[in-house]
Amino acid sequence: MKSIKELEEIRNRTLEKVNLRKDRQTGIRVVVGMATCGIAAGARPVLHAFMEEISKRKLQDVIVTQTGCIGVCRLEPIVEVFVPGEEKVTYVEMTPEKVARVVAEHIVNGRVVKEFTIGSYE
Amino acid sequence: MELYRSHVLICGGTGCTSSGSDKVADKFDSELKKHDLDKEVKVVRTGCFGLCEVGPIVVVYPEGAFYSRITEEDVKLIVEEHLMKGRIVKDLLYDDSVKDDIIKSLSEVEFYKKQMRVALKGCGLIDPEDIDEYIAIDGYRALAKAVTEMTPEQVIDTLKESGLRGRGGAGFPTGLKWSFAAKAEGDEKYVICNADEGDPGAFMDRSILEGDPHAIIEAMTIAGYCIDASQGFIYVRAEYPIAVKRLNIAINQAKEYGLLGKNIFDSGFDFDLEVRLGAGAFVCGEETALISSIEGKRGEPTPKPPFPANEGVFGKPTLINNVETFANIPQILLNGPEWFTKIGTEKSKGTKVFALGGKINNTGLVEVPMGTTLREIVYEVGGGIPNGKKFKAAQTGGPSGGCIPASNLDVPIDYESLAQVGSMMGSGGLIIMDEDNCMVDIAKFFLQFTVDESCGKCPPCRIGTKRMLEILEKITSGNGTMEDIDNLEILANNIKQSALCGLGQTAPNPVLSTLTYFRDEYIAHVKDKKCPAGVCTNLLSYEIIEDKCRGCGLCARSCPVTAISGEKKKPYKIDQDKCIKCGACMEKCPFGAIIRK
Repeated sequence: MKSIKELEEIRNRTLEKVNLRKDRQTGIRVVVGMATCGIAAGARPVLHAFMEEISKRKLQDVIVTQTGCIGVCRLEPIVEVFVPGEEKVTYVEMTPEKVARVVAEHIVNGRVVKEFTIGSYE
Repeated sequence: MELYRSHVLICGGTGCTSSGSDKVADKFDSELKKHDLDKEVKVVRTGCFGLCEVGPIVVVYPEGAFYSRITEEDVKLIVEEHLMKGRIVKDLLYDDSVKDDIIKSLSEVEFYKKQMRVALKGCGLIDPEDIDEYIAIDGYRALAKAVTEMTPEQVIDTLKESGLRGRGGAGFPTGLKWSFAAKAEGDEKYVICNADEGDPGAFMDRSILEGDPHAIIEAMTIAGYCIDASQGFIYVRAEYPIAVKRLNIAINQAKEYGLLGKNIFDSGFDFDLEVRLGAGAFVCGEETALISSIEGKRGEPTPKPPFPANEGVFGKPTLINNVETFANIPQILLNGPEWFTKIGTEKSKGTKVFALGGKINNTGLVEVPMGTTLREIVYEVGGGIPNGKKFKAAQTGGPSGGCIPASNLDVPIDYESLAQVGSMMGSGGLIIMDEDNCMVDIAKFFLQFTVDESCGKCPPCRIGTKRMLEILEKITSGNGTMEDIDNLEILANNIKQSALCGLGQTAPNPVLSTLTYFRDEYIAHVKDKKCPAGVCTNLLSYEIIEDKCRGCGLCARSCPVTAISGEKKKPYKIDQDKCIKCGACMEKCPFGAIIRK
């Protein structure tokens, strides 16, 4: 990395991946909060359950990734699902059992599992 | 038994058949043959799914995709897209999303309305272990801009204009600190990030390191460029293993990309970073003690001056900033100082991250513009006090700060206002207390903490805080006198003036501020031998109200020391000599006949 141009290239290459706005084009992104608060609340088994469920169903174009503290520690484990062309959905107090439903209903069939979303807890 | 890669279930119920599912099934068979998939994909006709009005229904396993209203034309699409390429055909999925107004996303929640994320920009947005994602949110742009387009003086001037002040709690102007370190004479200089966050209930720095480690690396590199240092240390406590792991990953990635190391951005500037682990001593957050610790000595403070900017680690000029201070810097350089000065109040610019804890509904991490009132933080961002209890006080600044009572709820949160009401900004731990907290007990808790954490180098702190704690223990056990309260104040003021470092100088603050705002509670402990909040066990007594007691005996059975006796159907009695004040009887009584006094 010797120039701003190189930095720009990486930025543009990756922007689509982290572009979490509505106008995303590619792939579904599943983001699990993995800060100390999330891990303490049980985010690790949730992350593993997503990986397992997604590989079991041979889903392509779905990325599972991690992120830091989103700030609402009391509702961890928090998972955010970004589907191209839609607003993001925040699932709270996730468990491995809930993951199967989120994958089947939301990621495969595009129907948000309303009772797990943050709105149902507020 | 052949193994199939996928199964296509087609509804063969009466409803779907009448809407044409037979033709759909035939079409599947022929399409699959055409693509040589008939050995891999099995077509099954099933019974009714129960959603006849959206038939014909087709479900594809293993994914479990639920397609509705499938026509013969759609079949070709499903076979070619889904079964051959593995891409679910979204347009054909069953959709029952009745428009309702339930909030689905975190961004729409009340919790975020008053917030503004500057230092926490990347936290919860990017993958902290992927440098590309940090670059995607304009990461390392500020560094590139600084080393290729600006002189060190220009960068420092930008910081001065922005009005950024130290987020470790004391609020020293950051630009000024950098200019001192830049002016200091020395063949070698160092940059240190103070990530030894030790306040009880504070986790802002940890969250930034875990969620956005590259921001700190970038800011420290900019600092190195400004003061002409080539080596930096991040001093993290070993109790933060995840933060340490992610920092190390981030440092290695930055080195791979050439963003750390030799000749950064071809500018001739070299900078390297190292993580140094602390053993989790509170005093090592004090800059001079931290420097001793990095040098490999005992973490004990030294008198100032000389200030670290002139004589720091290994006797060389050293710049020390807190994690959150660094986290603001790339944003200031990217968006310009004017943008930053628009946030916050006249003397306190920007935002402040708080870790909300204690008796509050939304425990968690918040970032609000300076000048937001405590009331807004507690009730609007924090969602108020659980169980409808009354707010009593908020402790800011941890064991070095003070409490803010309900009468000062409308105090804007900035350095000066907090100092005026006898507290301090501190690093950002905000502990909320309700009517069930005893303020004398809280003061005792914080003092216990400083007594444990005092390094013992100077007598005022080593001996003085211990004596203060003894007086507090005497008061909370019901043996205090009014003279004790006076002595407590005298001691506190003397320690404040004579201790060597910030830890000792601020240790009496929780006591002094509770004495200012809640002296009546101290007096109740001394004169009436009562703890108004019902916390100090030595001053409690549990009594059974005879009129309410039905004589069921539940309390007697739950008492661990058999202090309760009586006959069935008659009021029971508590033997005060035996009672250990555990409160088990009060919890068990179905009639509310037991009260705590």
